[in-house]
Amino acid sequence: MILVIAEQREGKLNRATWEAVAAAQQLAGGAPISVAVLGASTGGLGQELAAASVAAVLVAENAALEPYTPDAYAAAASTLIESVKPAYVLLPHTYQTRDFAPLLAARIRKPLVTDVTGINGTGADATFTRPMFQGKLAAQVKPQAGPPAIITVQIGAFRADAVQKGGAAAVKKVDLQIDPSAIRQKPEAPFREAKQAVDLGQAERIVSVGRGIKSQENIALAEKLATAMGAEIAASRPICDNGWLPMERQIGSSGQTVAPKLYVALGISGAIQHLVGMKGSRTIVAINKDAEAPIFEVADYGIVGDLFEIAPALITELEKS
Amino acid sequence: MKIAVCIKQVPTREWQPRLNDQKTWIREADISYEMNEPDAYALEEALRLRERHGGEVVVCSAGPARVQTVIREALARGADRAIHVEHDSLGAADAFVIAEALAAAMKDEAFDLVLTGLQSDDQGHGQTGVILAERLGIPSSTIIMDVRIEGSSMRVKRELEGGWFQWLAMPLPALLTIQSGINQLRYATLKGIMAAKKKEIKKASLPDGLQPSQQVVGLAVPTRSKQTQMITGSPADAAKELVRRLRDEARAL
Repeated sequence: MILVIAEQREGKLNRATWEAVAAAQQLAGGAPISVAVLGASTGGLGQELAAASVAAVLVAENAALEPYTPDAYAAAASTLIESVKPAYVLLPHTYQTRDFAPLLAARIRKPLVTDVTGINGTGADATFTRPMFQGKLAAQVKPQAGPPAIITVQIGAFRADAVQKGGAAAVKKVDLQIDPSAIRQKPEAPFREAKQAVDLGQAERIVSVGRGIKSQENIALAEKLATAMGAEIAASRPICDNGWLPMERQIGSSGQTVAPKLYVALGISGAIQHLVGMKGSRTIVAINKDAEAPIFEVADYGIVGDLFEIAPALITELEKS
Repeated sequence: MKIAVCIKQVPTREWQPRLNDQKTWIREADISYEMNEPDAYALEEALRLRERHGGEVVVCSAGPARVQTVIREALARGADRAIHVEHDSLGAADAFVIAEALAAAMKDEAFDLVLTGLQSDDQGHGQTGVILAERLGIPSSTIIMDVRIEGSSMRVKRELEGGWFQWLAMPLPALLTIQSGINQLRYATLKGIMAAKKKEIKKASLPDGLQPSQQVVGLAVPTRSKQTQMITGSPADAAKELVRRLRDEARAL
């Protein structure tokens, strides 16, 4: 049995849930899969999930699960695991699971393999591929001391549209006891810092800068290139952390997700947090001095070299015509 | 306030990976190391909290003898003292082992607040802080962008996806994993470096019988998901060729 724990917010499934179901179907190799959805009131989500070819959908409703807290979710998931006794527990790798999955693993003293991009083999013999060293290396990992092993699946690594549908899964209610006094975090309502003045999601072309730009003065060079290309300027996280460009121009898991016609990565090494925000772009150009930089793994065109020589040359070339 | 900051020593960003003969781990011989960047932000946040609320900042690290370099650096930036769980095996240990090792060395200190970076730039499990909190019996919250102490409790700002945030109230003691960019880092002054030489680094031993939760059975340079066309030549030639291909092949300009 493989247990997938769905992620929902305000009655809407996170799309990454379907990617986790696809990963579970690959890992199961025919073994049964249960999908659980947690929340105060999950509405029609149980029925929605039952469209997948799985053995059962478990609906675990408890008032203590709303709003989300790591303490309530870890308590609920450990109770579920105790009753289902799965060989694996699969979750999408999101800000929410990054918060509660390690707590769950620590509490039940079971292994947690995070940010998984590939599954090799099925069942008990499976190994899991995950990035290490900022994506410079990919590790094959074998969980020890399961079952269950808890696995979080990287966004975009499995295809939501690859989920086998057409099951006749029964939707079952599960009773959960959660002691509200054991919930130590008291969350307030989520908010956005400032109105997103720039919607990079609408940009046709984006020139994005990373650490390779070296100093704030050099941002002007990237802006000039963006103008020459008819592109918006954007950046990876460290540039916005330094205040060299405003946070609203940040691409990646903590910023915006974009898929423009053209994405030019200027001095961006390509840490996974950045790649998830841009790898859907139609054409990707990487310019980097390090030939081994992970950004080249997703690039259509690559130039290895000094961006301070290449960007001016590009501007000259673009301004010719 | 008694604040602990857990820091890890990781290979520098410029490091080019080289594998051991079995291709199960990196070749450690020729690596240069630095402080894990998210941990540097956690340290800075701890120093700022001490400036506001008083108390002490204790740096905690689990690793081989080499991690003394980053411990000294943290002391030079202003931490008061350090605890070092020293063992050669800790250089490649997973999050469970590191967290258990730290918990054993930290539990009698009764810290009011424990800060860690949200993940390490080497193995990147993103688990050590939260497991440590559970072992210390204190609550945790992750990916934190602001910390406001209010008496015996605090309010923290947690980052969510896609530009969203959320404030949470939590009791103390507690553990927070800190997001990069929460503050502006300070660097060590000459005076700080001199003072660090006299600060205490308490050695702690690794508890017996800790078992890894996962084993790396293979390590490789990732396979490319796309066939990248590499464009070579002088900057002017490469620029010309790239623009041509973006216009004619990709029709992206």
